[in-house]
Amino acid sequence: MDNLQKNITENKAVDNFDNKLSTLNLGPTHPATHGIFQNVLKMDGERIHSSEQTLGYIHRAFEKIAERRPYNQIRPLTDRLNYCSSPINNIGWDMTVEKLIGIEIPKRVDYLRVIIMELARIADHLICNSVIAVDTGALTGFTYVFQERERIYEIFEEICGARLTTNIGRIGGFERDFNETANKKLKLFLKEFPKRFKDFETLLCRNRIFMDRIINVGPISAERALNYGFTGPNLRAAGIDYDVRAMNPYSSYQDFEFKIPVGENGDTFDRFMVRQEEIKQSLSIINQAMDMMPEGPYHADVPEFYLPPKTDVYTKMEALIYHFKIIMGETKVPEGEVYFSVEGANGELGYYLISDGGRSPYRLHFRRPCFIYYQAFSEMIKGALLSDAIVTMSSMNVIAGELDA
Amino acid sequence: MLSNRSIKVSNKKMTFWERIYLPAIIGGMFVTFKHIFKKKATIKYPEQKRPVSDVYRGKHILKRDENGAERCTACGLCAVACPAEAISMIASERKMGEENLYREEKYASVYEINMLRCIFCGLCEEACPKEAIFLTTELVPPFLERQDFIYGKDRLVEQVDKRVDVSKRKLKHTV
Repeated sequence: MDNLQKNITENKAVDNFDNKLSTLNLGPTHPATHGIFQNVLKMDGERIHSSEQTLGYIHRAFEKIAERRPYNQIRPLTDRLNYCSSPINNIGWDMTVEKLIGIEIPKRVDYLRVIIMELARIADHLICNSVIAVDTGALTGFTYVFQERERIYEIFEEICGARLTTNIGRIGGFERDFNETANKKLKLFLKEFPKRFKDFETLLCRNRIFMDRIINVGPISAERALNYGFTGPNLRAAGIDYDVRAMNPYSSYQDFEFKIPVGENGDTFDRFMVRQEEIKQSLSIINQAMDMMPEGPYHADVPEFYLPPKTDVYTKMEALIYHFKIIMGETKVPEGEVYFSVEGANGELGYYLISDGGRSPYRLHFRRPCFIYYQAFSEMIKGALLSDAIVTMSSMNVIAGELDA
Repeated sequence: MLSNRSIKVSNKKMTFWERIYLPAIIGGMFVTFKHIFKKKATIKYPEQKRPVSDVYRGKHILKRDENGAERCTACGLCAVACPAEAISMIASERKMGEENLYREEKYASVYEINMLRCIFCGLCEEACPKEAIFLTTELVPPFLERQDFIYGKDRLVEQVDKRVDVSKRKLKHTV
């Protein structure tokens, strides 16, 4: 027994460990980071001394591929940016092209787009907020809200035929009108969702265990956030009420009443609460859009860009010509340079498009909010605990597909 | 303030009731307990399948017309429309006596879709001017070999005795 005791004391960890920094590789494929991110952390014991980020692990060169694709074939690429809310990306791209060619969109299309985009925003925020809870160890709320996310995906499936990589909408409108089932599912969702969401709120929002865990974790001041170029919920959490939907309304957002939630000092709790409130605001926007839905067609009258009905293709010469021209990308697109941005689920999603009049863009750049948030990550986690870094990252909603594009 | 419609949402001051945290825990327990009696959200997948929508974008099919002749005329428009470059074909001329097999004078003797490349965006079915290619509600099953994912005409063309109804998908462009 004495011998054993002696052995243990002799092999004890060295005391001068304090002065040394240890290196920890968080990622590239780490179960806690939800995506392919590499963080090389220099740890001073439990605290993060400094960190270095590497990106580009799932870079697929979308901007370069887009230079060789006709305009209507770029929409499937945008699906894969922020894949938690691909309809917003799809519709944002369509609206960019509409801005370039300058076409008038019917009011009904605007309203349908608002419904789809707000549904996508709800789905994205649900994922983000429930995953913050999962990262702090509360799995139950996650299973509740994912049932509601399932309903949203079923509505998308009814309209476009897919759940995640939606490819929804076309230049000028939608590929098909909302059918009976989609409307029924939408109404059911609007009725059932607030109840389920209330359960989620009861579990987390004013629960001291959860609050103590995330208050003052990963804060960023409004000034620093603006300097980095933050937008979306992360900037609003820092206290600045900037929202593209209110500042620069697109798709008839000026018709709707909604509030812009802001936080105090941009910590994880603020980001969580801002997203919670935004879900409620989105729900109210959808309700308003359903009530005020105008009559009209579900696509604009642009024969050069919107495919004619198949019956016309067989019988009318003009429709047949347009059908072939649109598919082969031979319709005339004006030369020009446009920037268009939509309020994506996690910030201002911008499309910078230069057209030289050819069948595909001369240059296309996606302004991806995640890319900008990730630059600040190193500063936000400095001096924090390792487990705080995980929560900070999930609360910033950095999506690997959008980060690397 | 920029917009005049902002609301402050985060209240970090806890009341005495919240500080003792037991009420929140009891409230949470009550919520989880309530959910025990709710209907199960999950399904037993391989035996039980989720109903999919009529317009679901799954595996492709090459349709035959009402007489059983192949509709595809190998114009290549689907291959042009494909953003993933998954479709390839070789066109041939119809011989005498093959009128019951192929509807048009030109047909695709080889038609291949690489299901590993395909992203199921549905642009091919929109592009087809002959209403020959459609996506179905079926899924592409997994295989062990990459070669097995290249679907030729043997697996794409609709079987004469097993016709697939696509009438609900066709409605998409009628105004």
